[in-house]
Amino acid sequence: MRTLRKNWQFHVMLIPAMILLILFSFIPMGGIVMAFQDYKPWLHISGSEWVGLDNFRYLFEREDSMQVIWNTLIIAVLKMIFNLLVPFIFAIMLNEVRKLAVQRTIQTLVYLPHFLSWVILGGILLDLLSTDGFVNQILGNFGVQPIFFLGDNNWFRFTVILTDVWKEFGYNTIVFLAALAGINPSLYEAAEIDGANRWKQTRFITMPSLIPMVVVVGTLALGNVLNAGFDQIFNLYNPLVYQKGDIIDTFVYRTAIQNGEMGFGTAIGLFKSAISMVLILVSYQLAKKWAGYRIF
Amino acid sequence: MYYKTRGYRVFSVLNTCFLIILAVMCIIPLVHVLAVSFSAKSAADANLVGLWPKQFSVEAYKKTIDNPVFLHSIWISVQRTVLGTALTLLITFLAAYPLSKDNSAFKGRTIYSWLFVFTMVFNGGMIPFYIVIQKLGLMNSFWVLVLPGAVNTFLIILMLNFFRGVPKELEEAALIDGANHFRTLFSIYLPISLPSIATIALFSMVFHWNSWFDGLLYMNNSDKFPLATFLQTVIIQRDMSSMSINPKEMELISQTTVRAAQIFIGAAPILLVYPFLQKYFVKGMTLGSVKE
Repeated sequence: MRTLRKNWQFHVMLIPAMILLILFSFIPMGGIVMAFQDYKPWLHISGSEWVGLDNFRYLFEREDSMQVIWNTLIIAVLKMIFNLLVPFIFAIMLNEVRKLAVQRTIQTLVYLPHFLSWVILGGILLDLLSTDGFVNQILGNFGVQPIFFLGDNNWFRFTVILTDVWKEFGYNTIVFLAALAGINPSLYEAAEIDGANRWKQTRFITMPSLIPMVVVVGTLALGNVLNAGFDQIFNLYNPLVYQKGDIIDTFVYRTAIQNGEMGFGTAIGLFKSAISMVLILVSYQLAKKWAGYRIF
Repeated sequence: MYYKTRGYRVFSVLNTCFLIILAVMCIIPLVHVLAVSFSAKSAADANLVGLWPKQFSVEAYKKTIDNPVFLHSIWISVQRTVLGTALTLLITFLAAYPLSKDNSAFKGRTIYSWLFVFTMVFNGGMIPFYIVIQKLGLMNSFWVLVLPGAVNTFLIILMLNFFRGVPKELEEAALIDGANHFRTLFSIYLPISLPSIATIALFSMVFHWNSWFDGLLYMNNSDKFPLATFLQTVIIQRDMSSMSINPKEMELISQTTVRAAQIFIGAAPILLVYPFLQKYFVKGMTLGSVKE
């Protein structure tokens, strides 16, 4: 009681946040019971029939849902790898630009796409990547046949990953640049006296110094392995590429909101949240262990 | 010195050129859209426009501005961005302060931080959330755009990491002078947290301006759509039904130049605030994210 009196101001400060958390985070968690029901909107949760694990059985029996899980994993893992590798290389190359003004300008330009939404970029890309669009015109100058980037199952994933890396690599570079700025300059001086050229310095000083950051970013990304990017896919895909491009989140939207299979949609959502939670907890533990990173 | 060797100089020039090309590729699509939006309809439809307008014309912008649904959606987006950002800032600022205290100074901290982290790692998923919004009577309400996103654990963590970097003596001095915690927070912490607040404001503004899915999900009526949702239905879904159909408006949607103008208007506010806040967010981000 005494501590409550002493700290009441702290509790008051947390009230607005807690009210919203309860309303929009904790109460929806209660709705998870729908995953075990044959939910009918007019009967509500209290009146809908309980069906046990039927929704989950259905999830693993349906061919399209297994395909969707598989698509999600492939797209997310490839995004994870390239969103780690490209910024890593880019940061090292950018570090070699010795004119500060040039370096700053490059940085300003590459961060920008991160702040534009997939609606805007989707609108742009739908035109740029169409068969008679700007990109195919340029490729045509080199004698390449028009490619249907967003309507061809063989190209869709490639396009999704490439455009995502294009949008995010600049932004993802920030943490690496911060780590680069933290490297002790005397290491380079010592290496220079020992006669190491720039490549050797990069190989034996810069790269190893960045490894802890790679570990942190990489392990934290692990928790996102079932997030293949709803906004992007939703704004770029079409029925032609459902086979290779449909992911869990877009599938939930179509089955539950559009087709009204609410119980089934909740079950997929729960499946995703539960696996994600385990992955996130594991990845935070790993990040803490390997790189001393804590979130709180 | 390594940078005086011939090999390194050659590398340096090639490297810089490559990176400049890469950076230019990040904005070329926008330049292309801008060029299309200022071109004549015939040139744009024939795909003749590259990076410079063909037969300069502001017709597309005139037509866009003439559309009352479009203008109204901008107004909704402006309201939501201003209100949403203000609310997020206030909540983040208030919540981060107690959470930045030591466990010894604030006993309840552990429980609170677990609650916050838990919502970060686990959620009910799209459908239960949708049902809760329905049950709260928030469907078709403006508040559904502002309230659910107002608590963002990630932003709170950025802020509290900044608070932890503030020298303890400042706070102690204020408390000794008789200020309570609210006073300390608003008179001492507020002025020195401006870089962090700018970072969070930028993130929050971008989030609200860009959000489109909530509008699509919770608004049944297209004249309640914020701009991003309006653009999503018109540009991506090419959905005529979200506009009251009359031949004039049908023509409006089908035009490449008008689409380009709408895209550009949608991106414009971000292009405008970005240069001013850019220097802050890099600092704010790295302060908050990479601390031990």
